[in-house]
Amino acid sequence: MNDTSKFALALGDDALTMGQRLSEWISHGPFLEEDIALANVALDFMGRARMFLSYAGELEGEGRSEDDLAFLRDTREFTNLLMFELPIGDFGQTIARQYLVDAFEAPYFEALCNSKDETIAAIAAKVVKECRYHLRRSRDWVIRLGDGTEESHQRMQDGIYEMWPYVAELFEMPEYETRLAEQGIAVDRDVLRAGWEKEVMATLAEATLSAPQDGHAIRGGREGVHTEHLGFLLSDLQFMQRAYPGLEW
Amino acid sequence: MSESNQEHLQATFDARVAAESRIEPRDWMPDDFRKSVLRQMSQHAHSEVIGMQPEGNWITRAPTLHRKTILMAKVQDEAGHGLYLYSAAETLGTSRDDMIAALHAGKAKYASIFNYPSLTWADIGAIGWLVDGAAIVNQVSLQRTSYGPYARAMVRICKEESFHQRQGYQIMMVLARGSEEQKAMAQDALNRWWWPSLMMFGPHDAESAHSAKSMQWKLKRESNDTLRQRFVDQTIPQAELIGLTVPDPDLKWNEERGAYDFGEIDWEEFMQVISGNGPCNKQRLDHHIAAKENGQWVRDAMAAYEEKRRARREAA
Repeated sequence: MNDTSKFALALGDDALTMGQRLSEWISHGPFLEEDIALANVALDFMGRARMFLSYAGELEGEGRSEDDLAFLRDTREFTNLLMFELPIGDFGQTIARQYLVDAFEAPYFEALCNSKDETIAAIAAKVVKECRYHLRRSRDWVIRLGDGTEESHQRMQDGIYEMWPYVAELFEMPEYETRLAEQGIAVDRDVLRAGWEKEVMATLAEATLSAPQDGHAIRGGREGVHTEHLGFLLSDLQFMQRAYPGLEW
Repeated sequence: MSESNQEHLQATFDARVAAESRIEPRDWMPDDFRKSVLRQMSQHAHSEVIGMQPEGNWITRAPTLHRKTILMAKVQDEAGHGLYLYSAAETLGTSRDDMIAALHAGKAKYASIFNYPSLTWADIGAIGWLVDGAAIVNQVSLQRTSYGPYARAMVRICKEESFHQRQGYQIMMVLARGSEEQKAMAQDALNRWWWPSLMMFGPHDAESAHSAKSMQWKLKRESNDTLRQRFVDQTIPQAELIGLTVPDPDLKWNEERGAYDFGEIDWEEFMQVISGNGPCNKQRLDHHIAAKENGQWVRDAMAAYEEKRRARREAA
């Protein structure tokens, strides 16, 4: 795989694992409107996964389709960031993850709209609109839960603590991504850190939540070194293609 | 209210029903009519929502990303249908919370077909094709039901349901022309879902507790047996087209009637499932109750936050 192909694959894996996780909420949400909203966000991520994975396969040039890439790779070949694969936890954890990711992705995909790779730019242009909506929604939830009841405050705070060690990875780049950023195809993630912190700190303050100290960071997703959770996610995701290989569905 | 006034209201109601005009929420209606519409609409809403479970069961395991997104969108539609129907039912003065409490207390029912398990991917095809197919036959008829909000909800819902039915049939079509395993999977799903689908139309007309009165009020527009026959007649050719066999040895074309004759439903099984003894009754209800309980703190937080906001606005 060339650099751009790896890059598309990584973004595809991020979207796929997040979409898969969010889809677990359907019929388990706290009320019916929220089931619909969670399904909407899950569908956005799944749509994004399909575009990025298809493009990764196309660039690779070995005839692998979006489905080949989604269903026929094992844990070590997945390159999503760890935060995306974590279990949904309670609603507070789901919202914490979503907000921290959305606060990164909205400006990230906005910047990626200027990618010199036309396909990446076109996907980013579609995705950025969804990201803005996702961010409004998850920010709103963080504030409502943080500044809601004592219980919701605690759960929201726990969610933020739970996710914090995985934040560092959002701003790190493997070598291929750094090369692509230099060529104007990818975006320098580190440049977005200050804006992200400003957004997140303001929201946490409004939500009456405390910001965790930066401490131990857990990383490894882009190198395929995952949490133990990914294997189980994949065994659900890939069950049909593994049990009945090579068929049309 | 004077007796003559009451008679006048009743006569106006009867005349409106006879003239095929819709009864609207603010119109006077007999208590029994109100109860009957509410029972039917809440049952319908609960069916949409409980129906999310057997299909939701396959979302994380759908065989391709395309199928997964279609299934997610479909289950999301069911949630949307549940919402329209709860809202339409709320026009009768009963809240969604009350309807859900009745469901959890076992007082309100939902379509008993959702008490069967979805075991293989082909079940997702069979549910779309047969269960949504049967639901559409009923719902098309209900687009002309006499209670306005219900009729309008049906118009909207039917549009989406026909898409659901097609996607289910399309899943079956692909399986039926696939490998031997896939064909067997499709046939097995048809075998298990066929009879419960026929049961969806309810008891024979003569035994249906609510039918006569509902027909008189034009709440129900066609009888259970008429609708069931229509479903059979439209579905058999679809099964034949893709080479699947409906599990009914008595099924045959009746030239004289211009319709299919079919075997007797196992009414004992039907009664067992509607009275709570189907394979998944407890699981479905437990799931719904657990989601509600697990979400209590979220709903409490929303209410508390709104209250704080209101207080701040007033203080400002």
